[in-house]
Amino acid sequence: MNQSPTTTGPTIAIVGGTVIDRNGERRADVHVADGHIVDGSTTESGEPDTTIDATGLVVCPGFVDLHTHLREPGREEAETIETGSRAAALGGYTAVVAMPNTDPTQDCVSVVEFVRRQGIAAGLCDVHPSGSITVGRQGTQLTPFAELAAAGVTLFTDDGNGVQNPQLMRRAFEYSKSLGVTLAQHCEVEALTGGAVMHEGDCCSHLGLPGWPSLAEELMVHRDIELVRLTGAPAHFLHLSTAGSVDLVRGAKADGLPITAEATPHHISLTDELLRSYSAIYKVNPPLRTMDDVEAVRAGLADGTIDAIATDHAPHVSESKERPLDQAPPGMVGLETALGVALAHLDMPLVDVIAALSWKPASIARLGDRHGRDIEAGSPANLTIFDPNEDWEVVPALLASKSHNTPFVGVPLRGKVRHTMLNGAFTVLDGKATR
Amino acid sequence: MSRSLLSIDELGADGVMRILDLADTMAEVNRRPNPKVPALRGKTVCSVFFEDSTRTRLSFETAAKRLSADTMTFAVSQSSLNKGESLKDTIETIAAMGIDAFVIRHGSTGAPWLVDDWTNAAVLNAGDGWHSHPTQGLLDAYTVRTCLNRPDGFDGLRVAIVGDIKHSRVARSTTAAFKALGADVTWVAPTTLLPPVVHEHATERLDDIIEDLDVLYLLRMQNERMTEALVPNLREYTTRFGLTPERAKRLSPQCLVMHPGPVNRGVELAVDPSELPGAVINQQVTNGISVRMAVLFDCLSANPDPTSDLERPELP
Repeated sequence: MNQSPTTTGPTIAIVGGTVIDRNGERRADVHVADGHIVDGSTTESGEPDTTIDATGLVVCPGFVDLHTHLREPGREEAETIETGSRAAALGGYTAVVAMPNTDPTQDCVSVVEFVRRQGIAAGLCDVHPSGSITVGRQGTQLTPFAELAAAGVTLFTDDGNGVQNPQLMRRAFEYSKSLGVTLAQHCEVEALTGGAVMHEGDCCSHLGLPGWPSLAEELMVHRDIELVRLTGAPAHFLHLSTAGSVDLVRGAKADGLPITAEATPHHISLTDELLRSYSAIYKVNPPLRTMDDVEAVRAGLADGTIDAIATDHAPHVSESKERPLDQAPPGMVGLETALGVALAHLDMPLVDVIAALSWKPASIARLGDRHGRDIEAGSPANLTIFDPNEDWEVVPALLASKSHNTPFVGVPLRGKVRHTMLNGAFTVLDGKATR
Repeated sequence: MSRSLLSIDELGADGVMRILDLADTMAEVNRRPNPKVPALRGKTVCSVFFEDSTRTRLSFETAAKRLSADTMTFAVSQSSLNKGESLKDTIETIAAMGIDAFVIRHGSTGAPWLVDDWTNAAVLNAGDGWHSHPTQGLLDAYTVRTCLNRPDGFDGLRVAIVGDIKHSRVARSTTAAFKALGADVTWVAPTTLLPPVVHEHATERLDDIIEDLDVLYLLRMQNERMTEALVPNLREYTTRFGLTPERAKRLSPQCLVMHPGPVNRGVELAVDPSELPGAVINQQVTNGISVRMAVLFDCLSANPDPTSDLERPELP
């Protein structure tokens, strides 16, 4: 890190807070200058230019979302990179992995570069584009992994769809193994989910809706675990939603396989019973499942089987979510509520929740050089400062995301972001975006 | 004041009895030489059918006209839905014309509930997806009540509903209506044609129970179920689940044979209904008018006493 020994730019002191990072929890003031955390003694000669009172607040490495749909290019009516970045910053994120199911798909360097540039222009968080595994997410031809990796792509996924063909997936693992990238799977065997609207179970039976069985996820989790065992390439499982999937991943990790996994805020808090309202706000893919599944996913996070909390932030315009269940698109926004859901619904030590929001996903996305770093001199100043005890409820109209399809209306949330700092500058100050 | 009828569950057992009692009054009207009363004069009922239906739409419109309501039909094929207008915009536009009731059929589960949220008009569910078809459940219950003379309820009544339960809103609503009145309902189908989770009694062996039934309710078997590998072919379906001449002989003489129509002759019903003394398939259609009159009156009339309005003679 090219930290200059003496600081020249404006200095910021964050005082009175509780610092939490990989080293645990401690009372400490944090000093920032020139985009980095600096030793307090180097600025003691003069008063800091800005002092933030963090009394009662937690100061931690910035959050990293492994799973954000920013919709640009192609669906700018639902979200843009700028509005999504603002939502991310307000949720405490300093980096987001942009999912590749854009139009055009993020399957070539030019589109990936466009997304990255738009993120830099917005300046609200690091927008880290992922690439698709197959061209156009069509499941037939591999994307140029090496070219994309050279352009900075570290995570590849056809998210929105799983790669159905096991032979193609095997080739993808084999070909990408040496490139220092990770393939991330949306686990869904589509032959088992045709027309599915919600979880297959009691509720879908009553409502007369085609079901999305847990088996459809678990079969692909199992397949990819075995492909990892065969090829040795790393895999990341997106949005695990079933108790069976958590068990499979737990077993694979016990076998020492290079596997990571994420779970969404909605899969640790909501169940398929909400579909009895007939509201497509609760339609998501994979679907909301049963309380047993919710508890298994929570347990997976608690014991480290699931590494990261990832939002699967999926904005949709209100018109599309007012349609009947089978005609509405799946997805929920989640960037601005993730912390509140996690702290309200997980019975885990605070440091473990922050790990799942920050340094663990940073490591999976291979962003650990800039994000999720310990709070010590020399680290890039990518920080989240939040009140862990504030109880609040989400108001859709007040969301910064261009779309307001949150399922958390009326759900108790705990923990609210006050300030977010990206490279030493506040993107959120006093709960408001600075740009 | 208006209220909606969306499902048997929401109507409840008391509501079912209320509608069936009211249907008796309506049946009396329908037996008159001039079967028309002014009970809903000045009310406008709009049928909005997003799925093809001749029977249910005609039945509702006949019922509305016999109560002197004005009726309109929103024909989806000619509508702006083909131009991409949303369901919500369509409903709000029609509602703005001053509609008192929507009779809606939609291929999507829950669509009538959404419509009910968007409008102050009464919403009558004429079928949504595989989910609910409450007036069918009510007319089936009314048919059993009148044909078997069970005015006080169906305690101990043994009913089998046979066929494609999974994809059938009729099965769900008719089961709910029969059970609300105390009947014992058994679903008869291969596992592939049952919902993933079943709370009813269920069997694949029609022959084990056929002699003990008070009501045999056959569902329509659709050809596309074969392409989805839910049953191998229609011949095997008929062999296992159809009402064949052999099975017809084993029915108790009083057993009603019911079907929501249209019948697939030779598939679920492999005997001539005229040879079945218990067949009441046409009575179901006739009763549908009285039941839908009762539902329209119940949902739209401010007058809690049906007789006062009904007795008033139709003006010339």
